[in-house]
Order: sequence, then structure tokens, then C-alpha cells
Amino acid sequence: MLDIREISKTFNPGTVNEKRALNKLSLHLDPGDFVTVIGGNGAGKSTMLNAIAGVWPVDEGRIELDGHDLTPLPEHKRAFLIGRVFQDPMMGTAPNMQLEENLALAKRRGQKRGLSWGVTRDEREEYRERLKTLGLGLEDRMTARVGLLSGGQRQAVTLLMASLREPKLLLLDEHTAALDPATAAKVLELSDKIVSEHNLTTLMITHNMTDAIQHGNRLIMMNEGQIILDVRGEEKKHLTRRELIDKFAALAGTPMETDSVLLS
Amino acid sequence: MSAYFASLNVLKLVKNMPGGVSQGLIWGLMALGVYITFRLLDVADLTVDGSFTTGGAVTVMLILGGWPAWAALLVAVVIGMLAGFITGLLHTKLGIPAILAGILTQLSLYSINLRIMGMSANKAVSVDKYHLLLTSRNIPMAILTAALIALALIILFYWYFGTEQGSAIRATGNNPAMSRALGININSMKLLGLSLSNGVVALSGGLMSQYQGFADINMGRGAIVIGLAAVIIGEVIGNALLGKHLNFFGIMTFVVIGGVIYYLVIIIVLWLKLNSNDLKLFTAVIVAVFLAIPYLRGQRISSFSKFRKGAKKDA
Repeated sequence: MLDIREISKTFNPGTVNEKRALNKLSLHLDPGDFVTVIGGNGAGKSTMLNAIAGVWPVDEGRIELDGHDLTPLPEHKRAFLIGRVFQDPMMGTAPNMQLEENLALAKRRGQKRGLSWGVTRDEREEYRERLKTLGLGLEDRMTARVGLLSGGQRQAVTLLMASLREPKLLLLDEHTAALDPATAAKVLELSDKIVSEHNLTTLMITHNMTDAIQHGNRLIMMNEGQIILDVRGEEKKHLTRRELIDKFAALAGTPMETDSVLLS
Repeated sequence: MSAYFASLNVLKLVKNMPGGVSQGLIWGLMALGVYITFRLLDVADLTVDGSFTTGGAVTVMLILGGWPAWAALLVAVVIGMLAGFITGLLHTKLGIPAILAGILTQLSLYSINLRIMGMSANKAVSVDKYHLLLTSRNIPMAILTAALIALALIILFYWYFGTEQGSAIRATGNNPAMSRALGININSMKLLGLSLSNGVVALSGGLMSQYQGFADINMGRGAIVIGLAAVIIGEVIGNALLGKHLNFFGIMTFVVIGGVIYYLVIIIVLWLKLNSNDLKLFTAVIVAVFLAIPYLRGQRISSFSKFRKGAKKDA
């Protein structure tokens, strides 16, 4: 399914701010894998997701998804395979456009956009049904500007948008980090539901160890641009936070430095 | 003072109004082009000062060359779109900030426009000799023609920006990061939007040159500011009158009306015997004020100043 072979990325090469964010990172995902990604700040988690999404080209290595070589493709040309939800709830939706317009844009992810009508009547029915499943009452606000919705609502909409046209790979980049705990739990539950309903191959970054252990069938830990731990199946189910923190200290050679990780 | 008021002739003002409406409609058309870039694409495109003149110059030269007026206008639109496309290329392919890219194209268009007009700063096209679509000699017809063209354009844009492609242009202006993630090539959309916008602006310039009976190298100077004025006046009035019911069709209509209102205000100002050389200053001040209003309104709701010593506690 997803095949990442030895990709590297260095930001600001040749300057004092030089940062090797990805260091010959390799990762293989099987269809239906739901992988949670943890690691300290600057470990390269988001950089890995951005490399897959094609926000910028990698320096070396190769990224394949569903038999397509993504490495030379710019971001918008990879979009037909990839659904994304960002950390910032404002980033995944167009605030001045109507809710149904946003959904219609997402429905056409990676498709040719021609001169037929932007939102059709049949589509509206589908969107209404899908919005109902969110349980947020948004099905009655389909012509409202998305900018009027709350952060949690917008994140739920983004999640729906990412799955409206079924992606080969779903990238969740700390998509609950900016939400209050109750909303975060709700959005996370929704993510679980959408992923399992469509059996989506998923990469989910989280700062929350408990979430990382509870969700998905596989967990990877990153440090200094590499994957230092890869746990799956039964072994993952029985992980504890304590074990993870100890493992990190042993593998990375330093204790996990972020408070948010320790406290969560 | 009383001598000043005595010198004002209300009849003269009323007589000038229809002319103001027709010119306002033509500027309102141009404002539609500005609206596409400024509001939908979120780019302040300064190409328009040049492409407006280009539209006028191309139209006049082709009509002088024996082309029918409508065909000349059509070519003007294409050339205008090309100008917008160049700005788009400078911006998207060469990484020049949009404002600067527009300024560069605008500057180069000054020379190009002179060349189009055979190195003369002014070319007349007389309605006595040529068949023109509209002229200041017949103002009611000019108003009708300009209004019909505006209506056709509004309908066209209402349709286009509702299509998949038009929605993608709006999404690009509204949230470029999301647009890329949804597979929209935002560079193409910017090229498309800038081309469309400048096509409309050139159309407006072509109509203006016919209306006034000549193309002038300076006819587009300040066009962007007039366009912004029309957009903002139109939005303010549209929101005041229709509020939540203001849809896209309504906004575009009010943008054109904004152009008319702007021009009527100019006529009143001239009637008040203000020096016409001060008009640009006057326009700039109006636009600055209207652009500042939303910001200042926000400041009133939340600002540091209410915590200053001596400020009213419950203001």
C-alpha cells in the first residue's frame, strides 16, 4: 500500500538553521493499517506526513502509494489518493464558502474540475445524510458559511471531507490537538468510526500516549527523523504509557522531553 | 459664501447625472473585474491601470482599422486577458509577489499601449465616421447598452463561479492550503482568475474609449482605486439593504451600482466646484476610509485603548 524508502529532508541546508528533519526514513503500510505516530517535538512526525502529502519534494528516497510513484508529483497531483486533516481547524475548510460548497470541493478531490455545476442536487442529499452521521446538527446548516462553525465542528467537517471521496491514505496530523478535551474525544471517536467504516489506511500523529495506544492496530515512535519503534497487533494492545516512555528513553538515549507527552 | 452657493446651479447638476450614470456603469463593469481578483482571489492586482487603457487602445485602433466595434471589443478582451496572464506568470512561475507583478505589467503596458496607439498618447474615434456601440452623444442608449452588458456579465459570472472550476478559483482565494490538499492547482486558478479579471477590465476600457470618443494613454490611471471604491461602496450598500439575503448575484449587481454611485459622487463634487485635479486625492481618501471602517469597527469591540487610564469604564 504505502511504501516509503529511505527518504530524507533537510531544511535550510547550509545555514545555521540547518535541520535534518527526515533521515533515511523507511516505512511500509499494509492496506487497512491504522498507524498512530508518536515522538517528541521536532522528531519529524509532521515532516513525514508533509513529505507523503507532497508539501515540498524530498531530498532523496522514494514514496509509493497504491502502485503510484508519488516522489515527483506536486501536492495537488497526489491529492487524488490522499485525504488530510490538519492540526489547525481553520486550515481544512474554506471559511467564506458554504458548508455544502466545501463538501463539494472535497468530493471532487483530485478530479478534473470542469464547467458543470459545483454542487448538484443529488450530492446535496448525500451530504445531508453524511452530515447526519456526525451528530452535530450540521445537516440543517448546509448553506451556512463554514467560518461560522466552531473549531470542533470545522474539524469534524474536514474529517468528513477527507473521506468523502475515499482516499487510499488518510493523514491525520495532530488533528485533535487544538480542540478542548471533550471535543477532541468526540472528533477522535469520529475518526475511528470513519476509518473503520471505510477500512482506510491511516497515519495519525498524536501527542497523547493513551490515544496512541488505544487507537489503531500499529504504533510507531519517531526520533530525529527516523522510526525507532514499530509495534503492532497484540503487542501494541498491551502497551502501557510507562513502557512507551521507558522504551523511548532506552531507544533515543534521552528521556522524552515534552511535558505534554508525560502529562497526557 | 452666498456668492458661492448662488453660483451652484441645481439644474446643471441634474443635467449631468445621466452622463454620470453611464460612465459609472462602465467603471462598474471594470469593478467587476477588480472584484474577481480582490475578493475572490484575494489578490490586489494593479495590472488593471494598464489593461484598462490597453482595452481602450486596442478597441480604438481596430475600429479605426475598419473592424466592427463588437469584434474590436472582443480582441481587446483577449489582449486584456493576456495582460492578466502575464501578471499571473510573473507571480506564480517566477515567484514575484502579486502586487509587484501587477505593477511590473502595468508599467510595461504603458509602453505597449503607446505602441498600440502608434506612439501617440491619444487617438480619437469619431462616432460620426464609425459605428460605435455607445457614445456620450446618446446617453440614454449608452446607459442601456452598458447596463445590458453588465447584466450579461453578471449572469455569466454567476454561472461560472458556481461551476466546479469557478468554485476552485474561489477556494484558491479563500484557503490555498486546503485547495492544494484537495487537488486544486492553485497556480492555474490564479492565472485563470487574473486573466478573466483583466479581460473584463479591458472590455470596460474598450467601452469607455467608445463612450468618450478617444483612447488616452492616461485613461486607466487610478483605475484600481476606482474599482476598489466601487467594490467597497457596493458591498457596504448591499449589506445594508439586503444583509443576510445578499447572494453572489446581488453582490455583483451592487458592485456595478457601486461604480455608478462613485461616479455620481464625483459629479456632485465637481459640481461643488472642487478642482478636478484633486479628484484622485478625494478618491484615495474615500477608499482609505471605507477600507478602514471594518478594521476600526473591530477595534471598537476589542482594543487595548479601553484599558488606558482615564478611559470610560463602561463605554
